[in-house]
Amino acid sequence: MTKVKTQFNRRSFIKISAAAGGGMLIGFSWLTGCITDSKTETVEVPNEWFEINGYIKIGDTGMITIYSPNPEIGQNVKTSMPMIVAEELDVNWEHVIVEQAPLNTGFYQNQFAGGSLSIRLSWDALRMAGATGRRMLLEATAKEWNVPVSDLTAVQGVIKEKNGKRTITYGEIASKAVGIEIPEEVELKDLKDFKLIGTSKKNVDGKKIITGKPLFGLDFNREGMQLAMIQHPPAFGMKLKDFNEEEIKGMDGVTDAFIIDTTIESPDWSDEKGFLQLIAIVGDSTWQLMKAKKAIKANWEMVSELENSRMHVQKLEEAMETGEVQEKRVDGNPEDAFNKAAKVIERTYTSPFLPHNTMEPMNFFAHVTENSAELIGPTQTPEALEKSVSKLLNMPIENITVNMTRMGGGFGRRLYVHFGVEAAAISKRIGKPVKLIYTREDDMSQGTYRPAYQAKYKAGLDKNNNLIAFTVKGAGLPESPIFPDRFPAGAVDHYSAERVDGKTNITTGAWRAPRSHFTAGAEQSFLDEVAELAGKDPIDFRLELFDRATKNPVGEKHEYEAERYAGVLKLVKEKSNWGESKPGIYRGVSAYFCHSSYVAEVIDISIENGQPKVKKVWCAVDCGIVVNHDAAINMVQGGVIDGIGHAMYSELTFENGTPNETNFDRYQLMRHSQAPEEIEVFFVKNDIAPTGLGEPGLPPAIGALANALYKATGQRLTELPFGNQIRVKKLVG
Amino acid sequence: MPTYNLTINSQTHTVEVDADTPLLWVLRDHINLVGTKYGCGIGQCGSCTVHVEGNAVRSCMLQVSQVVGMNITTIEGLSVEGDHPVQKAWLEHDVPQCGYCQSGQIMTAAALLRNNPSPTDREIDAAMNGNICRCGTYVRIKEAIKTASKL
Repeated sequence: MTKVKTQFNRRSFIKISAAAGGGMLIGFSWLTGCITDSKTETVEVPNEWFEINGYIKIGDTGMITIYSPNPEIGQNVKTSMPMIVAEELDVNWEHVIVEQAPLNTGFYQNQFAGGSLSIRLSWDALRMAGATGRRMLLEATAKEWNVPVSDLTAVQGVIKEKNGKRTITYGEIASKAVGIEIPEEVELKDLKDFKLIGTSKKNVDGKKIITGKPLFGLDFNREGMQLAMIQHPPAFGMKLKDFNEEEIKGMDGVTDAFIIDTTIESPDWSDEKGFLQLIAIVGDSTWQLMKAKKAIKANWEMVSELENSRMHVQKLEEAMETGEVQEKRVDGNPEDAFNKAAKVIERTYTSPFLPHNTMEPMNFFAHVTENSAELIGPTQTPEALEKSVSKLLNMPIENITVNMTRMGGGFGRRLYVHFGVEAAAISKRIGKPVKLIYTREDDMSQGTYRPAYQAKYKAGLDKNNNLIAFTVKGAGLPESPIFPDRFPAGAVDHYSAERVDGKTNITTGAWRAPRSHFTAGAEQSFLDEVAELAGKDPIDFRLELFDRATKNPVGEKHEYEAERYAGVLKLVKEKSNWGESKPGIYRGVSAYFCHSSYVAEVIDISIENGQPKVKKVWCAVDCGIVVNHDAAINMVQGGVIDGIGHAMYSELTFENGTPNETNFDRYQLMRHSQAPEEIEVFFVKNDIAPTGLGEPGLPPAIGALANALYKATGQRLTELPFGNQIRVKKLVG
Repeated sequence: MPTYNLTINSQTHTVEVDADTPLLWVLRDHINLVGTKYGCGIGQCGSCTVHVEGNAVRSCMLQVSQVVGMNITTIEGLSVEGDHPVQKAWLEHDVPQCGYCQSGQIMTAAALLRNNPSPTDREIDAAMNGNICRCGTYVRIKEAIKTASKL
């Protein structure tokens, strides 16, 4: 066992316990939807619950409630975070139910879903929460039996006397543990003693999902609640002047219509170019609001240039040629090395803006009164929402509560809080609880899109086909995609990386594996071509570079550990039988490091009826300790499909400041028949504390796909989406 | 507003709504059956799939006046205990990630298996192509449909 200092103090536990009396168990039945399926088959429903600490509540029957602190967007933290607590508490998982914790910045840390950070940042805190609870139960028992704690063991919810016959269950002793001092030091399990972590546990909301129970923000209902919709300007660069307010107010089912302004000072998680003045329509039914929305006749004024996709290409090219370099890394003398090189190759890669398209459109519930605000809905950043609403309403943070519903997807979209702020503005105006609903068209045309990118890569080989020079320069609208200290930094003598930012009035933000998804695709396609030019196997070529970065790294630093990077490549090489060839099957490989994790992928494709078909994908992942094995596989599979789908089919284009694709009839997401037939996922086994998993599976898929498509078609694909270049047919509903 | 009597999950519901109201919004706003999801409103994503007379249809495309007198089944009524073979298979394969599209996926899959108890991969693709899963659970959905076909 490892002894560690707890991060908790008595005061923080009291604070959460106090909240648990009223605030935590939300006083309306709907949020029972945020409690997982009952375990009444394995343990009886308790008559009384005892708060042990802010993470754990134990019932007198031995049923355990574990609060899951972070927002659930489909990354399955509502199962995996409580698993970590349950491991250290040492209880039977079958006796555990899970409840979504509300936002409580005074107690929980890092209550957000982003950057693949949930498990990584909370690993220690969750383990300590469980270990602290276990220790308190042991101390309560020791006191009860008048024996030292060292005479006792706790296993699977039962405390035993090491040399005696007495046993007591957690349920039986829980009431006595409530008054126990929070220990200042706790013992954590040795990793080899883990019983739960590393196994596969089913999604705690699984049964509710497959039976259609209310779980999501859009499903939320409150007595007396009104519904609302917004209308934003038709184009980026336009602003609302006025609209036919009286006419809209007179429509069936419309109770009010007005303009809201959500301007606040230095907002968190918000693109300041977003639409802040909006038309809001309030009513009783969604359909009547949709009809009223269509009847809006508004006057808009132009406040900045209306951009289109051709301009975006020009803007990126201008940024690349004349834009100011924001950040630059240089090792050696690339220019000189290129002059001396035997072979030089240069390629430019581009990608369009992309919407997130969570299946559940943006929505939020708000109930604002004179001195309180209650917000319930799908948000990846509840704290940022609370702060923004506080500024909007000029109301102290303490008077605002935020509860998180399960989210119908996030992918970065719900990091941005404007829809919650809009709901608050509407509720304040009407003085009633309200649920704001975006249509799909609102969602797709008022996005915080993945930026458009362009990057130029250049490599030089000496006469022995060694990579002696490598440069990359990348621009984005508005942010450059380049990570100067990532691979191949550290592996090439003469290296440079430059970042250039561009300008656009299109609202943009984080999109699953921000920047990484683009750079991975571009860099890993480029390296494949460089390996071919060098006459080397693409895996061997990369391994040579990792060997160099391990033994004799170039430059002051690089972000990655070369051995772990090489490790996933070796694992995927072995699992995919790399080197073997099958008739009609074309292979590509790629590896990428992001969110502190390493993933290598091999993709096999065939050409069926002139269309590429992904037959199989092998993934090798090093994300440290895997908490929930099968769910982790699901996450990586989803990342692969997300990567391949968007790389093949998806793009958002603009005309006169307006997105051309505003629903799934014109915007294509990958569909069943286009999905890979099989995806196998392998994890590197090690004792490293968990790193990111929600995002790292995605980026390598793009490069591996491009490299497989090259083998199949002879085309090096440099512009996303690839489907535009290989003329795949569009598939819609 | 006109009144409609609807048979949903073997129960009769009377609703007073505009005649052009899509079944989707009748279910969600007026009968509080929110398992049927809104995704696109134009019949392209499949999140709103329900059964009408046993066939999988997009409830966002059907006006309330068109379904009077028909047997409508939603995800809430697919089985009493949540133990329809497709639901059991979904749990066995732990299919969902975010879970939002899954009731539509399940309803389409259940209708497919009713008409074709042992579909080939190609037939599964053809039947399921109208149901988008943004999280990318397609591989598991196919496995679960194959498992369900054996239950």
